Amino acid sequence: MKISLSKIKSNNYITNIYLGTFLFSLSIFDVFLYSFLNINITSFLPGNLSLFFPLIIGFIGLSFIRMEYSGIKIIDNLNKHINTSNFNALLTLIIIFALLKALPPALSWMILDANISGDTKQACTGTGACWTYIKVWFKRFMYGMYPNEMHWRINSAFILVIALGFVGYFFKDNLKKYLALYYVVIYPIIAFLIIYYLISGGSFGLVWVETGAWGGLSLTFIVSFFCLIFCFPLGMILALGRRSNLPAIRYTSICYIEFWRGVPLITVLFMSSVMFPMFLPEDFFMDKLVRVIIAITLFEAAYCAEVIRGGLQALPRGQYDAAKSLGMGYWKMHIFVILPQALKLVIPGIANTFLALVKDTPLIFVVGLAEIAGMLALAKTNPKWLGFAMEGYIFAAIIFWIICYAMSKYSYNLEQKYKTER
Amino acid sequence: MNNKIKRYIPQILTILFVFLIFGFFTINAQVNMDNRGIDFGFGFLKQEASFDMQFTLLDYDGQDSYMWAYVVALLNTLLVSFLGIIFCTILGVIIGVARLSGNFLIRNSAAWYVEFFRNIPLLLQIFFWYYAALRALPLPEKAEPWFGVTYMTIKGYYIPSMIWENLNVFLSCLLASIISIIFIKIYAKKIQEKEGKQLPVLYISLGLITILPLLSFLFGGVTLDFELPVLKQLAKTSFIFEGGISLPPELIALVLALSLYTSTFVAECVRAGIQGISKGQKEAAASVGLNPNQILKLVIMPQALRIIIPPTTNQYLNLTKNSSLAAAIAYPDLVLVFAGTALMQTGKAIEIVGITMLTYLTISLSIAALMNWYNKRIEIKEK
Repeated sequence: MKISLSKIKSNNYITNIYLGTFLFSLSIFDVFLYSFLNINITSFLPGNLSLFFPLIIGFIGLSFIRMEYSGIKIIDNLNKHINTSNFNALLTLIIIFALLKALPPALSWMILDANISGDTKQACTGTGACWTYIKVWFKRFMYGMYPNEMHWRINSAFILVIALGFVGYFFKDNLKKYLALYYVVIYPIIAFLIIYYLISGGSFGLVWVETGAWGGLSLTFIVSFFCLIFCFPLGMILALGRRSNLPAIRYTSICYIEFWRGVPLITVLFMSSVMFPMFLPEDFFMDKLVRVIIAITLFEAAYCAEVIRGGLQALPRGQYDAAKSLGMGYWKMHIFVILPQALKLVIPGIANTFLALVKDTPLIFVVGLAEIAGMLALAKTNPKWLGFAMEGYIFAAIIFWIICYAMSKYSYNLEQKYKTER
Repeated sequence: MNNKIKRYIPQILTILFVFLIFGFFTINAQVNMDNRGIDFGFGFLKQEASFDMQFTLLDYDGQDSYMWAYVVALLNTLLVSFLGIIFCTILGVIIGVARLSGNFLIRNSAAWYVEFFRNIPLLLQIFFWYYAALRALPLPEKAEPWFGVTYMTIKGYYIPSMIWENLNVFLSCLLASIISIIFIKIYAKKIQEKEGKQLPVLYISLGLITILPLLSFLFGGVTLDFELPVLKQLAKTSFIFEGGISLPPELIALVLALSLYTSTFVAECVRAGIQGISKGQKEAAASVGLNPNQILKLVIMPQALRIIIPPTTNQYLNLTKNSSLAAAIAYPDLVLVFAGTALMQTGKAIEIVGITMLTYLTISLSIAALMNWYNKRIEIKEK
């Protein structure tokens, strides 16, 4: 049987499949051997050719098996998804080889050569990551400098706040109309009281812990939780203000929104820590954490407002006209007709704003609040634990990644759930 | 009558509220500043700054004024933003197109790239590159050359610097070629409208932009020399590179993190733009008899760009604002130098934070205004 490189004939397609599959697997096998077991089966080839050998034979192999229909499921799938043209085949090979090359070092660093036993730096003997460092510092990364024996206070406060957040699901039908009231007014107040009395302490026999000692991931949660709760209603009011037909209200809202959107968060935080105290009465003391929460809330509210405005603008005029023709006033119209529809439209946008908020919280590190990035900086410079910056940042990155990814997936689900046909 | 009151009362209340807040803050600020013996004013800008910056584009030393420090720091901020914007655009366009690829592997790797870099806070990424990744680089004496003449070391990236002679001749040649390209474009458009012929504008412009500057080398007396970074021993164990340009690790970490992070958002904008064009457009263009190149150039791109450009500009703006995170790794940008060091030295909190915010505000608002103008211009005019 003769093999033609340029054109595949129907009578030799079986040969082509065998040859192509063989070459393709050979190329993957070669890279696999080289990266996992460090055996170079093509070492007899000169210099660069040895490096490009798998690429070349893989490419030839893929071009052999590229055909309209072969009857073999795997090969048809390959052709359909990763082998549609020469260019695609080349990119496919490069990606496969890059993954194969990158996997073993990453694996051995993260897992195989890593250490997790012991609790001193000396326990880390391998060439891989030193997860002992994370293990020892774990409580600090989670709770900051909060006294060890009082961590239950943070835990129970969080559990209480989360549990109260789910109360809305169990509202009876006749109470459903108060749902918004509960989430916008009552819930934040209760949450604040819980966090104030339980985490801050100072009464009911609990020891006072100043906010300077708060830190780690729990601080990230506290800051993002409060900012999230407060920035949403404020953003809604601003969005309505910007759409108002009363010029004074409209221009005030526009000025507010454009101002906060125009400056970076870091300068806002600087302002809250160095400039804001100047603006307060002399004997009036406001905690740094409170100032930071206010600053972030004001900042994110502007972004929230713009997202909600998008939803308001997307509603057809007919909705406004219909509500007015029923004799509804401004507030009635907005609360019962406009906002429910507009907010449904902007779920993805709101979720993005909240995501941005969570991702912005590490910034409070620059004004000296030691949330997780701050604790990492502290741990990294500890003389007993020098040289483990990589592990720390990867750990924090994984935590944030999980939180943000879960949030974005959840928002996607919400979007699907509330999608209504227009 | 009733309606009028309904209109005026909320407005008057709003204005009153705003005035009350501002009044309250101003009075407090005055009292506080009197008590601490600080006076309000911008006279400090002319004073000697007396601090150093480790990386500047213009000449600067401690004897210069705060004003000059501000300008130099602002330039550093703009440099980071500029580099970040270029790299994030390149990466973003590639990833955005890859997300629409028919190739399963490419599509999914691009999707994972976006999910990965988008969901990690930028500050952590900057810290990771600066404190973890770039610290793993070799010392100057152990550095291997990249591309033969550049060196990536723990102390920064060393690249050759260019030494020009008669630079102005070269630049004027470049300018001349750009101006002539613009004229050719206008002319080509006229020809197309009149006769329906298309001139090969791209090839002509490519030719012009290479040939004219080349001519300046041959006849204009322009010469170009490269000063290569050379390893120099200071003491027994301490080496540095001399000559050339050194890019500090702070700059590299910042540009890397900013462009990787923002590229994910740019990629999403690009993807949305390409997906936003209905298939019918392509088919209609093909049925009129345009070839694939013309379809892309005359039908797809103009429409896709209309969707892509506004959100992408927003991302560029975000990048510029995010570049202020430089303060966290001590890259001498506007926030670190001005709102950090200068503020500590002078204690003029209100003035300095005000100037810093106003600077960013000016950048943002002017770009927003430009964007509004552009949007108006490219808007589909419906009849």
